[in-house]
Amino acid sequence: MGADVWVLVEHSQGSPKRISLELLTCGRDLARATGGRLVAVVPGAGVQPVARAVASRGADVVYAADHPLLEPYTTDGYTTVLADAVREEEPAVLLVGSTAQGRDLAPRLAARLEAGIVTDCTSVAVQDGALVATRPMYTRKAIATVRVDGGGLRIAVVLPAMYPVAPPAERAAEVRPWPVRLEAAAIRTQVQEIRALSRDTVPLVEADVVVSGGRGLRGPENFALLDELARALGGAVGSSRPPVDSGWVPHDYEIGQTGKTVSPQVYIACGISGAPQHLAGMSGSKYIIAINKDPNAPIFQVADLGVVGDLFEIVPKLSQAVRAAKASP
Amino acid sequence: MHIVVCVKQVPDTEAPIRIRPDGTGIEESGLSFVMNYYDEHATEAGLRLREQFGGTVTLVSVGPERAREALRTGLAMGADEAILVTDPQLDRADPVGVARVLAAVIRTLPYDVVLCGKISTDDNAGIVGPALAEYLGVPQATAVARLEVDAAGSRALVHREVEGGVEVLSVPLPAVLTVERSLNEPRYPSLPGIMKAKRTPIRTLTLAEVGLAAPAPRAVLARLESPPARRAGRIVQGDADDAVREIVRFLREQARVL
Ligand SMILES: Cc1cc2nc3c(=O)[nH]c(=O)nc-3n(C[C@H](O)[C@H](O)[C@H](O)COP(=O)(O)OP(=O)(O)OC[C@H]3O[C@@H](n4cnc5c(N)ncnc54)[C@H](O)[C@@H]3O)c2cc1C
Ligand SMILES: Nc1ncnc2c1ncn2[C@@H]1O[C@H](COP(=O)(O)O)[C@@H](O)[C@H]1O
Repeated sequence: MGADVWVLVEHSQGSPKRISLELLTCGRDLARATGGRLVAVVPGAGVQPVARAVASRGADVVYAADHPLLEPYTTDGYTTVLADAVREEEPAVLLVGSTAQGRDLAPRLAARLEAGIVTDCTSVAVQDGALVATRPMYTRKAIATVRVDGGGLRIAVVLPAMYPVAPPAERAAEVRPWPVRLEAAAIRTQVQEIRALSRDTVPLVEADVVVSGGRGLRGPENFALLDELARALGGAVGSSRPPVDSGWVPHDYEIGQTGKTVSPQVYIACGISGAPQHLAGMSGSKYIIAINKDPNAPIFQVADLGVVGDLFEIVPKLSQAVRAAKASP
Repeated sequence: MHIVVCVKQVPDTEAPIRIRPDGTGIEESGLSFVMNYYDEHATEAGLRLREQFGGTVTLVSVGPERAREALRTGLAMGADEAILVTDPQLDRADPVGVARVLAAVIRTLPYDVVLCGKISTDDNAGIVGPALAEYLGVPQATAVARLEVDAAGSRALVHREVEGGVEVLSVPLPAVLTVERSLNEPRYPSLPGIMKAKRTPIRTLTLAEVGLAAPAPRAVLARLESPPARRAGRIVQGDADDAVREIVRFLREQARVL
């Protein structure tokens, strides 16, 4: 068995996703521990620009698995190609981002290859030959340390925002074409369309700043106040569950046990009480600011800065102040 | 149409958990257990398919004896049959091992659609559905937020929630689908349903009866601990302008995003 560490690179519109660059940072340390190479694997159609972009991000070599049938992503197409590649090169570790694609692919690949797998990782290391990962369990009421022992491939599916993005290196790694053997008949599902939900902000799980609104927003129109603040801060808008259930915002806004897990640098909770199911999705944030008119709201127990007051008064003034602060640093 | 729903029993997420002092797991005494939240949505999806096409909804669970209660919940919602695979040797099984057991059972049943939850709220693994699809050798669709099956019952058209959008995917049946909570609103068990569920026998199987040896888990829990405690920070009360000044200072000096 080899000692190489592979990172599966996810991309959109010709650029690697931020999660993949984070995985390269994580993979660098793992490769040091295993004594193997750090390999970035880029499946897709016309992936040369992506491959070149990741070549200067710390990988020792980049495999460009270019094939028309690998665009768009399908479970069958990716599983077939990656399983073949793993069987041929026998890497020790494969890092995959915890995204819709990564969560769809990684367990299927693990079952096909009889690989060990651990999902939702907040950290990954190699200790005494075992893959050791930490991950939240029981709706973040506990943190587990999981060991994946034994030989063969170990797959870790890593949450976004757990590792920093390294600055581009001066030396670019070699980009090698990976010979893809894939037939149309191997792909049983058919992607009919991908409907983009238009958002003019950064994706929620990639944002350094998340401005989040709860039932205290009172109606869909008031989310414009949060949009304004998020835009001023270069962040994204999320929500607790009631605004989603009431149809004020789309489903993909929801943060918490049944929604997304976010770990931004700052989480600004506006009109959110702080129910355990909501905390499950955001208590891993670096800093939490809460704006709530109820001084007894449980959110204040986890907030680094708690502001007791009316969000309708504070948020617009805050947007203005942030813009002013940005204009005159 | 024959529908199989995989159901896991998990601790109620409303309740606090107690971690065993030696970090090997959680204290189960005094804990209340429920059907995994997403599996209610999966059961609902199964019942709606049966309403549309006729056929059967069979629930399958792998777990200790207490997992019967989760199956009863599903029967009370309207499922036809339930199977519990229970065996002390399964206590150590990881999600991949659970998928292997489920596959061994489901292979012996007629099925057109196998429904799972997107994740279980205790393990948070999201592994069982895709691994099960692989062991059964059928296609999969994960995180399904909308589901339509064509009149012939041969293909499912699903919406998957992906980053920044919705993927519309056509999946030939039989297939494994894992469901999002936005797929549907689970019904409450009816009183007649509850009565019927009490009378419906739950078939139990041991590991040997499904034809498998003891699992050899690859992923093992080394330690379970409480998350680093967050402490309440500073509280600002009073004038909105003061509050705004405090927040801006915090964003600049501590969070360093300004
Ligand atoms: C199985 C299950 C899963 C769940 N999953 C999730 C999940 O993923 N995410 C999630 O968020 N919830 C989830 N919930 C729901 C959760 O239990 C709470 O009901 C929900 O988080 C409450 O949302 P909220 O804080 O916005 O609303 P509320 O609890 O109603 O709080 C509204 C807050 O707004 C404040 N407020 C009102 N007006 C103003 C104002 N003008 N200015 C400032 N503050 C104001 C109030 O003081 C109050 O604290 C789940 C529940 C269950 C049972
Ligand atoms: N022990 C189990 N018995 C039956 N189904 C299960 C079991 N564990 C997981 N599942 C199914 O797989 C889904 C995802 O679980 P997990 O992979 O553990 O996150 C659940 O929502 C269930 O549908």
